[in-house]
Amino acid sequence: MYDDILDLLPYQSSFRFVDHISFLDINEVRGDYTLKKDSFFYADHFAGNPVTPGVILIEIMAQIGLVVLGIYLMQQSPKEIGAGMEGRCVPLLTSTEVSFHKMAMPGEIVTVRSKKQFFRFGKLKCQVEMHNGRGELIANGTLSGFIKKY
Amino acid sequence: MDRREILDELKKVLWPYTENKALLDGVNEHTDLVNDLKINSANLVDIIIDAESKYNIEIDMDSAEKMITVGNCIDVITEKMNARK
Repeated sequence: MYDDILDLLPYQSSFRFVDHISFLDINEVRGDYTLKKDSFFYADHFAGNPVTPGVILIEIMAQIGLVVLGIYLMQQSPKEIGAGMEGRCVPLLTSTEVSFHKMAMPGEIVTVRSKKQFFRFGKLKCQVEMHNGRGELIANGTLSGFIKKY
Repeated sequence: MDRREILDELKKVLWPYTENKALLDGVNEHTDLVNDLKINSANLVDIIIDAESKYNIEIDMDSAEKMITVGNCIDVITEKMNARK
């Protein structure tokens, strides 16, 4: 029921890391992504022993936790600076502080839950955590970003 | 609270966002947050939020845009603290 927002994401196939949004309000978003076994990075990371790179886990957390929530918040408060994704604009990650607790393997489903710390002057900062299908914590931390128009 | 006291307090707000702590020693009213202290411009939002809770004030968009130098910040903080009274 929240998946309409996915049409607004500015990513294409190999770099889109959101499948479903299961919850979305002005304070929190929850969503999931199934790690595709044929994703481009598994062939080389690592050779003969595919493990999801930490940067990809951060990207999944950022796409669900910041970009989806950020687009929603801009829709809710159009007066906020940088409102709207129209024109030439990109979501930019400005800082991350993430801890990794468990490996994420190809084929696994990961769920992301992100809670807003603040959304001010166009900047969104969130507490984000990622779990696997068994409910085990894969990664957690703080991410922030904003929409850059150029 | 006079400008000198606000400046001393403001340095504490800037501390976590200034990577090169030595730069804070030379802070004066003309110090530019981004160009002199090398603060990541994305963190100016965090600094404003920290200043709001420290001084119990609310900083709107128009005021936030003026906060370029330490002196500008003290102007805005003083104005908002006076408006509160």
